[in-house]
Amino acid sequence: MTERPPALPAGPAGTQTAGAQGKSPALTSRHMSDASRARLKKRYAAEARFRFYGVAAITLALAMLVLLIGSIAWRGAGALVETWVSFDVYVDPAVVSADDPANPQTNYRKLVYEGFYQQFTPALSRSDQRVAGSLISSGADRFLRNMVVSDPALIGTTVRLRTPAGDDIDQMRKGRIDRSLPQAERKITDRQLALYDQLVADGDIGLGFNSVLFTSTDSNEPELAGIFGALIGSLMTLGVCLVCAVPVGVAAAIYLEEFAPKNRITDFIEVNINNLAAVPSIVFGLLGLTVFLQFFGLPRSAPLVGGLVLALMTLPTVIIASRAAIKSVPPSIRDAALGLGASRLQAVFHHVLPLAMPGMLTGSIIGMAHALGETAPLLMVGMVAFITSVPSSLTDAATILPVQIYLWADRPERMFIERTSAAIMVLLLFLVVMNSAAILLRKKFERRW
Amino acid sequence: MINLRIPASPAADDTVAAGQNVKFAARDVNVHYGNKHAIRGIDIDILENEVVAFIGPSGCGKSTFLRCLNRMNDTLDGCKVSGDIRLDGEDIYSPSVDVVHLRARVGMVFQKPNPFPKSIYDNVAYGPRIHGLCASQDELDATVERSLRGAGLWNEVKDRLADPGNGLSGGQQQRLCIARAIAVEPEVILMDEPCSALDPIATGLVEQLIDELRRRYTIVIVTHNMQQAARVSQKTAFFHLGDLAEFGETEAIFTNPRDERTQGYITGRYG
Amino acid sequence: MPLSLVLVVIVLLAALGYAMGRSRALAAGGGSARTLNSVPRYYGSYVALWAGLPSLVLLFIWNAADGAIIRGMVIDRIAMATSVTAPAALNLAFANVVNLANGALNSDGADPNLLAAAGYYNHLQDLSGQIAGALVLVLALCGLAYALRRVRPALRARNAVERVVHTLLMLSSLLAILTTVGIVLSLIFESIRFFTHVAPWDFLFGLQWSPQTALRADQVGSSSAFGAVPLFAGTLLIATIAMLVAVPVGLMSAIYLSEYASRRTRAVVKPLLEVLAGIPTVVYGFFAALTVAPFFRSLGQMAGLDVSSESALAAGIVMGIMIVPFVSSLSDDVINAVPQSLRDGSYGMGATRSETIRQVVLPAALPGIVGAFLLAVSRAVGETMIVVMAAGLAANLTFNPLEAVTTVTVQIATLLVGDQEFDSPKTLSVFALGLTLFLVTLCLNVIALRIVQKYREKYD
Repeated sequence: MTERPPALPAGPAGTQTAGAQGKSPALTSRHMSDASRARLKKRYAAEARFRFYGVAAITLALAMLVLLIGSIAWRGAGALVETWVSFDVYVDPAVVSADDPANPQTNYRKLVYEGFYQQFTPALSRSDQRVAGSLISSGADRFLRNMVVSDPALIGTTVRLRTPAGDDIDQMRKGRIDRSLPQAERKITDRQLALYDQLVADGDIGLGFNSVLFTSTDSNEPELAGIFGALIGSLMTLGVCLVCAVPVGVAAAIYLEEFAPKNRITDFIEVNINNLAAVPSIVFGLLGLTVFLQFFGLPRSAPLVGGLVLALMTLPTVIIASRAAIKSVPPSIRDAALGLGASRLQAVFHHVLPLAMPGMLTGSIIGMAHALGETAPLLMVGMVAFITSVPSSLTDAATILPVQIYLWADRPERMFIERTSAAIMVLLLFLVVMNSAAILLRKKFERRW
Repeated sequence: MINLRIPASPAADDTVAAGQNVKFAARDVNVHYGNKHAIRGIDIDILENEVVAFIGPSGCGKSTFLRCLNRMNDTLDGCKVSGDIRLDGEDIYSPSVDVVHLRARVGMVFQKPNPFPKSIYDNVAYGPRIHGLCASQDELDATVERSLRGAGLWNEVKDRLADPGNGLSGGQQQRLCIARAIAVEPEVILMDEPCSALDPIATGLVEQLIDELRRRYTIVIVTHNMQQAARVSQKTAFFHLGDLAEFGETEAIFTNPRDERTQGYITGRYG
Repeated sequence: MPLSLVLVVIVLLAALGYAMGRSRALAAGGGSARTLNSVPRYYGSYVALWAGLPSLVLLFIWNAADGAIIRGMVIDRIAMATSVTAPAALNLAFANVVNLANGALNSDGADPNLLAAAGYYNHLQDLSGQIAGALVLVLALCGLAYALRRVRPALRARNAVERVVHTLLMLSSLLAILTTVGIVLSLIFESIRFFTHVAPWDFLFGLQWSPQTALRADQVGSSSAFGAVPLFAGTLLIATIAMLVAVPVGLMSAIYLSEYASRRTRAVVKPLLEVLAGIPTVVYGFFAALTVAPFFRSLGQMAGLDVSSESALAAGIVMGIMIVPFVSSLSDDVINAVPQSLRDGSYGMGATRSETIRQVVLPAALPGIVGAFLLAVSRAVGETMIVVMAAGLAANLTFNPLEAVTTVTVQIATLLVGDQEFDSPKTLSVFALGLTLFLVTLCLNVIALRIVQKYREKYD
């Protein structure tokens, strides 16, 4: 067979049908019968159906993802801007003492409303003044106070104050209240509408970036409520969680993977860890309640306790990820170090750990991302209070972003729904950043042995 | 040279016809795995009711070529097959050919016994069921029995057909896989080192079985065991680094190899 | 002395110990490290450990214990001053004292007895802090001095340090057991207290759940009932709906991704599905309450059905979506573990892809898939935020998915939030519910993990 055999003759075109028509000896095969062919058609239909189910399942899941993110983005986009009202306020030295502008007794409120009423010509009647007052946020005096406290030279001058509008006005400015409805069916009265139109005509009202959302804490007034306090609370809680869970988790993983004898106890520990990873998070909340609050007497609502509870909850995740990372380092590296006279501990800390570090970090970040979004156990340790101050230490009462979302989601005001969605977007943004970091880390250090 | 014309007379079922038909004809077959050129320009003709052995050192492409014959390579990513392979004169790589149908006609037995995680009965009945070969339960029972008898396994398992297939011994599992393959009533059976995971006694049984199966089926067997090739096959093809170095009567190849690579391999200079 | 200051001092002392130990070792070795048993920095670490570790342990124990001791002393004092003896009243009084002492409660017009107790409490706190600070510092210095004296070339500093590190590593791994023990003990103790009020039988099989205890006996609904069956039924209903969504969608996604999808599709779709898993549950809850529930409600109105605005259906479906990635990634692992040779065997006989999947791959993967399913059920049962936000509080004993039901987790979350009197059966019932939840999920997890493990071993 050294020379090439002759090329094959052009085979009968569509030989399959040829076979079925009986021109080929393969007719004898049961697989060439018409019945077999018909059956094959059915089988392919089943195949296509099955495949379609798969595509449908994935499409459904992804559609839900889009719907979820989309609905939240759609609701929350409005919260990026807020309606602001600007007007002149005379900072009366008779009201504000130049020595102590921060005095809590100072009646900034009076100054604000006097200034605001001056805005309108003709001068407002008493009843109209009350109506006008509802156009601006009830927390407007806070803005004036902050201005004056940070710059006492303003006392005795007329300043231009910029303050959020009341929440109904904000919703109308954003077109969420239909002004063509009869008065009884909308939240804004005709009189409010007239004064509002006057402000619009003067150019004193308009949309601007919603800085309040990012700089203030919780409030009963939706236009004054922000996530700053919750964000700081979240960072503190997460900090405690990180400091507790990661070192202990890594240490436990090192022990179990490198030193632990294979006996009943380590088997038990292993079962335990796998199990803890699947225990409902709210049970960890109950644990935190009885152990940290009741037994150790730590303060309620504190980031310290929240962080400890989250640490216990994320610990199994960190251990499992770290063990996988350590396991993926080939034994030859250990052997090499041991062969040079290093102790086991040195071999682990000098050679295995650096190689396993990216995997451990990735696992830790993912664990932390989970902790950041966790809500239920923190409700149990009291991080669900209405807190209007930014926590300044780990034992201060604080709330965290997911809990803030939970609290706001219960509020009936439309503007709170908007803010809840915006807060969710901020939370998701943090999660995206953390998870991307984990993915990048994994990509960068991915190594195959 | 082999007569390429397909005779008009249908092939006999149980007898070895004197003027055998060409079952498989391959011309200039090349296989690429990514950048690797695994098979280079193979030309071969395989006759009906004949056992052909593919031998050669590991990595020579004999298994790859075998998997071309029922398009099992389709399941591998990045594997590209070019050239012309015909089954009964029909190009099996033509777009109009249905792999499912092709594989029903060209069955396969793998290197490692791979019974499905089902009962012995269901393992054998699997093929007839999916292809709808049996109209009734009785017929299916008969097919299962016939196939198990055909694979020489019936007497060993007839009392425990409901037991799981992977509870059998390695040799039994492999014969179960053969029974499973013949239950589909293919025309050709491809065997990829079917005895490499078996002990010598089981191997002997399988070899004996191959010899019997030859009367009904065309068999292509890949083996790294030259004695086995010599024992079971009529023709032998020697593959070397992706080339078909030599193809001919088994006796001739083993007693009087023409290619010096074959000579080297057979005499044990490399392998 | 504030805690943070004590900590800083300990760290400083340890650092000092490190430097001193190291230089002393070098000096003892005549300036060369060769004559030493270990590298100089191990001598440093040795001294640092002696200085830092015992004092840290003491500090920790002191801080853990002093709360209870001070509490006992203050309560004794209150009991003497006010002749109150009921433990509940004393606990309440103590809480007030703490609040007074922290300034959380306005001291104007407070009970002078309590005010005095608050002063006493503050005094004890200060005293405790001072004693702790002093003791800890003395201990740190002693440790430092002792270790420094022991530094000489023959000292096997590395072995000593490594022993300590080894012990620390082991203790870390024991924390997992400790956590489990903590969970079990705390739940059991509080549950036993609950069962002194309510018989276990009534709790497990009672059909009425209305935990609100009335303040006065003549109020409506004054008798509280703790029959948890409506909660179990609600949990079961919502979990069932969730699994009806999650299992088909998750399993089919996994099958498509592992058996059909090209590598590129897989690389895009898989992370996207994982995004679903990364979304916090509170976000799902918000989505369920504000988007899905109103949608079903208006859908029901169109069909003439009365769908509750907090229907089990909405909560269950959203929970199902949350679990989809969980099911799909677990099933994906399991399906990929099925050896290719089985698929080859099936394809080699002329089976189509779907025949191979349905009749060979899935049966082979079944144990693993069952394990994944059980883990998913355990997750659905333990999920809290979605049901808290979307399923409501009404303890209806119903299997109509259009009605509002409540679940075990909802009751745990809502009964404990708010005022906390730790002795009322209402609060204690939470722990009985928690124990039930823990035991059920524990069983599911243990069985599931065992099945999955067995399955992995089979194909490894």
